[in-house]
Amino acid sequence: MTGRIRQALPVLAVAAVFFGAWKLVVVVGDYPPFILPAPEVVGQRLLRAVVDGTLAPHAAATLSEVILGFVVGATGALLVGYLLARSALAERLLSPYLVAAQATPILALAPLIALWLGTGLLSKVVICALIVFFPVAVATMVGIRSADGRLLELGRSLRASRWQVFRHLELPQALPAILGGMRVGVTLAVIGAIVAEWVGAERGLGHRITLARGSLFDIPLMFATLVTIALIGLALYVTVVLVERRLIGPWR
Amino acid sequence: MSQGFVIDGRHLPVLDSVSFSVPSGEIVSIVGPNGSGKSTLLRVVAGLLRPDSGSVDIDGQLIDEADPRVGLVFQEPRLLPWRRALDNVSFPLELAGVNSRLRRQRGEQLLELVGLGAFGGAYPHQLSGGMRQRVAIARALARDPSVLLLDEPFSALDALTRERFNLELLKLWQQTGTTIVLVTHSIPEAVFLSDRVIVLSPRPARVVAEVPISLPRPRSISALDGATFSRAAAAVRAHLAGSGDDDEIMAAAAADTDMLAQAGAPAWFDPFGRQD
Repeated sequence: MTGRIRQALPVLAVAAVFFGAWKLVVVVGDYPPFILPAPEVVGQRLLRAVVDGTLAPHAAATLSEVILGFVVGATGALLVGYLLARSALAERLLSPYLVAAQATPILALAPLIALWLGTGLLSKVVICALIVFFPVAVATMVGIRSADGRLLELGRSLRASRWQVFRHLELPQALPAILGGMRVGVTLAVIGAIVAEWVGAERGLGHRITLARGSLFDIPLMFATLVTIALIGLALYVTVVLVERRLIGPWR
Repeated sequence: MSQGFVIDGRHLPVLDSVSFSVPSGEIVSIVGPNGSGKSTLLRVVAGLLRPDSGSVDIDGQLIDEADPRVGLVFQEPRLLPWRRALDNVSFPLELAGVNSRLRRQRGEQLLELVGLGAFGGAYPHQLSGGMRQRVAIARALARDPSVLLLDEPFSALDALTRERFNLELLKLWQQTGTTIVLVTHSIPEAVFLSDRVIVLSPRPARVVAEVPISLPRPRSISALDGATFSRAAAAVRAHLAGSGDDDEIMAAAAADTDMLAQAGAPAWFDPFGRQD
């Protein structure tokens, strides 16, 4: 138990420094709450928003967009990443488009996608999936390519089918790389959902930010929403890390 | 059989009309200089490489692709690091669609056979190098192969461990009755284990000699100190040294055994130990 406390101590110290610096800036600069609210003001606003139920439905909406988009994007990326790793032709033909699509800012694409697919759940999922796709596809490609040729030869000597080679030899070896890509992907998915909601939405945390900054002019609420978004991103990231530990922890 | 590779557009012959046969139940070692194509030869025998000409068969049945009648042990253990020892041993059975109860049973039996009965639950990174290679041997035996091929399986082990592993391999051979073909660059190992030693030339490999080893079985480590052993080892070494002239080989072998003669061995010369 004391070990745990000792481990938690530096974490708490850094958090204290962060919030202390924030408070200091507010006090020294003498900023009014509508420019930069102090941490405790944001905390109180967040608490109130949670208690009176203004945030929960929006957080739920954003979270479901993120999760759906991540699942769709990551699944597609696994398939394409494998194809890129194993077919030189596919890589030559597809990779220019993938890189070009990645280089086009999602901020610029989002209005178009909303125009084509409407402002419902579908356009959010597509935008999230798009932004998740690239890092996971590249990680999958690199991971599959790094598979040890000696183990693949073992598979050949045991007459493993193509599916068995993938399932038992390539995928486990690629898993650390793929999960690394997913760590990046899942945080990007949160950004995707917020951007998608800015472009047009009836609910969601992104929509809430627009509202708080605009017609409500409730800057502490806007900060409280930002904090919620950050917490969602953190929770998703930790989830991937836990999955990673469960899958590849024991044998590493 | 012959086998070559095309490298930079040029055909590089690796095996040149290599031909030999292994009687069922024997242990045969293949020795040759570094880069002589020993491993290539083993891969052809295992069906992983197709020869440019010629063929490999077991009891008249052709091997032209990876074959369950052949168990292969590589230089490194090549275990799957994410599987426990037991699941590594039964991996070939899993690929072959054997149900989990039988897999477990057979896996435990094989681990017992290689002296690792208590380590079925360990991950490879928790095992020593020698233990890992034992798991690899157990895995190669999983499908009950009629031929076990070993590609320098003990080269990563220290000298004493290696001797112990040689003895254990002999014990395993007595228990399973499998035919064993072993590639090695250790002359003592080849002579100690084998019924016959096949000596290859530098690349492109040809069979330079087949040296029969008449050490009585079962063999113990003390055989390493006997005159028969030394004469056979000297003959293998002489062939390996690349002299094509039989007289020179005899002379070289004789020179080696002279040292033994001083220790009281009879003065007659019998490089293949046929009269022992």
